[in-house]
Amino acid sequence: MLDSIVRIIALTRKELLAILKDPRSRYSLLLPPILQCLIYGYVATYDLNDVPYAVLDQDRSAASGQLLARLDGSRVFRRVADLNRAADISRVINEQRALLVIQINQDFERRLLNGSQADIQIIADGRNSNTAGTAMGYVNAMVEAFNADWRAAHGQGAPPVRLTTRAWYNPNLETRWHMIPALIGTLTMLQTILLTGLSVAREREQGTFDQLLVTPFRPPEIMVGKAVPSMLVGIVQATLVLLVAQLWFRIPFAGSFFTLYAGLSLFLLASAGIGLLLSSVAATMQQAMLYSFMLIMPFSLLSGLTTPVSSMPALLQYFTWINPLRYAIDMAHRVYLEGVGLQLLIPELWPLAIIAAVTLSASSWMFRHRLT
Amino acid sequence: MSAASSPSASWLSANKTRRVWSLVKKEARQVARDPSSIAIGIVLPVILILLFGYGLSLDVTNTPVAVVLEDPSPAATDLAASFRLSPYFDARLMISMREAQELMLARKVDGIVRIRPDFGRRLSLGDAEVQVLVHGVDANHARIVQSYAQGAVGQWAARRGAEGKEILTGPVVVQSRLWFNETNESRYFLVPGLIVLIMTLIGALLTSLVMAREWERGTLEALFVTPVRPEEILLGKTIPYFILGMIGFALCLLAAKFLFDVPFRGSVIVLTGASTLYLLVALAIGLLISSAFKSQFVASQITLLVTFLPAVMLSGFLFDLRSMPAAVRMITYLLPARYYVTLLQTIFLAGDIWAVIFPNAAVLAGMMIVLLWLTRRVTQKKLA
Repeated sequence: MLDSIVRIIALTRKELLAILKDPRSRYSLLLPPILQCLIYGYVATYDLNDVPYAVLDQDRSAASGQLLARLDGSRVFRRVADLNRAADISRVINEQRALLVIQINQDFERRLLNGSQADIQIIADGRNSNTAGTAMGYVNAMVEAFNADWRAAHGQGAPPVRLTTRAWYNPNLETRWHMIPALIGTLTMLQTILLTGLSVAREREQGTFDQLLVTPFRPPEIMVGKAVPSMLVGIVQATLVLLVAQLWFRIPFAGSFFTLYAGLSLFLLASAGIGLLLSSVAATMQQAMLYSFMLIMPFSLLSGLTTPVSSMPALLQYFTWINPLRYAIDMAHRVYLEGVGLQLLIPELWPLAIIAAVTLSASSWMFRHRLT
Repeated sequence: MSAASSPSASWLSANKTRRVWSLVKKEARQVARDPSSIAIGIVLPVILILLFGYGLSLDVTNTPVAVVLEDPSPAATDLAASFRLSPYFDARLMISMREAQELMLARKVDGIVRIRPDFGRRLSLGDAEVQVLVHGVDANHARIVQSYAQGAVGQWAARRGAEGKEILTGPVVVQSRLWFNETNESRYFLVPGLIVLIMTLIGALLTSLVMAREWERGTLEALFVTPVRPEEILLGKTIPYFILGMIGFALCLLAAKFLFDVPFRGSVIVLTGASTLYLLVALAIGLLISSAFKSQFVASQITLLVTFLPAVMLSGFLFDLRSMPAAVRMITYLLPARYYVTLLQTIFLAGDIWAVIFPNAAVLAGMMIVLLWLTRRVTQKKLA
C-alpha cells in the first residue's frame, strides 16, 4: 500500500515535470484561462450599450420631439440619421448603418391630444434577431416611460396595473455573474480532459508507454498517476478564475470555498475519467486532442452556458443528464451565487460521482485489455 | 507546356505539379486513414449542425413559472389564466407564496408571478400591482422572462380595455417589425454562424495540428532533403484540408436550406467566394501557428485561443460587437471571423448587399494575401 503511494507520487511528479518544464506549455496552461475569463467577462453579455438608430419623423411635432429626446438622452441610443422618405428605411437597415428605424406617423401628436391611441413603428435589423429583440425591448421600455409621463401630464392618471420585478441572486441581472462562475467548470474541464488524454497518448506515440509497463507500476497506479496531475492543474486554473471573478469583477461570493472545491474535485475526477477513457481509444496525440475536442464541444453547448437547458428539445435535455459540465455549472452557480451548502448540492453531486465511477472503471478495464 | 515557355521551364513545372500532387495524395491518405481527421472534418460538423439547428435556442418557450394567486377576485383569476394560456410560460397555479419560493429555491421554476390579496380592490381604484420575481442566475433568460411577463400583463390589460373594463394601454403603442427574420427565430442566425465555427475548426485547428505533428516527429526534416520546395509542401498541406473544409461548408449549406428552412436571400456564388477567402485565411493561420510553435499541444492551445474562441465570442455571431468595450472592439477588427460572420448573416438573411459585401470581402482578401505571404516566409527549409 505504502509502496503503491510512493509509486503514484513518483509518477505524479514526473507528469507534472513533463507538463511544466516547457515554458510555452506552462504559459499555455495559465494565461489562456485568465485571458478568456477577462474577455468573456467583458464580452459575453446580451445587454446592449450602443444602439445606432434612424428616425423617420413625419410629424415633427413637440410630442414626437419629446419621445425622441428620451431615446437620445439615454446613453444607449445613438441617432445616426434623420430620414425624409420611407424608401430610405431599407437603405440604412440593409447597409447596417442603423440597428433600428423608428417611424412616427403624421398624425402622432394630434391623436395623442385627442386622447386616442397613436402608433409608432419600429423596424429592426433581424440578422441577429436576439440583438434586435433586446433593442426593441429597450424602445418599448422608453415608450412605457413616455406614456406614464404623458398620462400624468394630461391628467389621465397612472396605468391601473403596475408590474414590479425583482431578480433573486443577481439583482441587476448581469450576464457576467452568470458567465464567470460557469467558466470555473468550462475552462477546467477542457484542460483536464485534454491533459489526461494527451499524457497517455504522448507516451504511446513516443513508445515510452511500453517502458512504463515493465516498471513495477500496476495499471490502476498508472491511471491515478495520470489523473492526479491534470486534476491539480484543473484546481489551479479554477482558482485563477475565482481570483479574477472576485478581485477583478468583484462578483460577490455567497457560498463556502470548501463546498466549491469539494464539488469541483468530484467534477475534475469525472473529467479525468473521461480523458483516460478517450486516451484508451486514441492511438496518437492528434487523435486524443481531436476526440477530446469533439466531446467538449457538445458538452459545452449543451451545458446551459450560452442557451438555457429548459429551451432545448426534450431529447437533448435527456442528453444533458450525462453531461458532467451541466452539473458543474449548476453547482458553481448554486455555490457561488446562491450560497447553498453541500446538502442541497446532492442532486448535482451524485450524477458526477456516477460519471466518475463509470468512466474510471471503464478506462481501467480498457487499460488492462490493451496492456496485455 | 505552352509554346511560349522554354522546354526546361515546362519540364520543371511538370515536375512541380507531380511533386505537389504526390504530397496531396499522401496527405489525403493520411486524412482518410486517421479516424480523428474524418471525425473532426465530417462527423463533428454534422453533430454541430444538428445541435445548432435543433438543440440551441435563445427563444424562450414553456418557461416554468409559479403563479401565486392570493386574491380570489374575478380580475385576478382572469390574469392568472392569461399566464396559463401564454405559450411562453408553463404556469403552475398555487395559492401559497411559501410553496412557490420553495420551488424557486430548488430551481423547479424560473420565476414567480404574485398576485396580491388586494389586487381586485386596488385595480378598481386604479392602482394594482403584480409582482414578478425571477431567478436571476441566468441573467439573459431572466430578462426575457421579465419582458414576457410584462407582455402577458399588457395583453391582458389591453383585452380588458377592449372589453370596456379598465382602459389600460397607451397612449403610444409600439408596433414592431423584425426585418429578415419576421418570426424571430434564433435558428436563423445560429445556423449561418455555425459555418464560421466549422470552417475555423477544419481550417485552423486541424491544419495546425497536422503541420505541428510533422515538425514534432521530424518528418518535415525528412521532406527537406527531397527536391520538394517549401511552397510545394504548403500547397500539399493546403489542398486536402481546403477540400475538407469546403465539404463541411457544403454540408452546412444543405442543412440550412433543406433541414432548417433558413431563408437564403443572396446568391450561392457570392457565399462560396466569401467562404473560400475565409477558409484560406484560416488555413494560413493554422500553418503559421504550427510553423511558429512546432508542438502539437502548444499549437492547438494557441489556435484555440486566437481562432476558435474569437470566432464564437468576438465575431458578432452571438454577442453584439457595438456593445463591447472599445479596447475589445479594436481587437475584433483584427479577427477574420468578424468579417466572415457579417458576410454570412447578410448573404443568408438580407441578400447580396454590395455595400456590405465589398468592404468585408476586401478585408478578408487582404488578410489572406498577408497571411499566405507570411506563411511562406516562415516555412523555410532549415532545421529548428
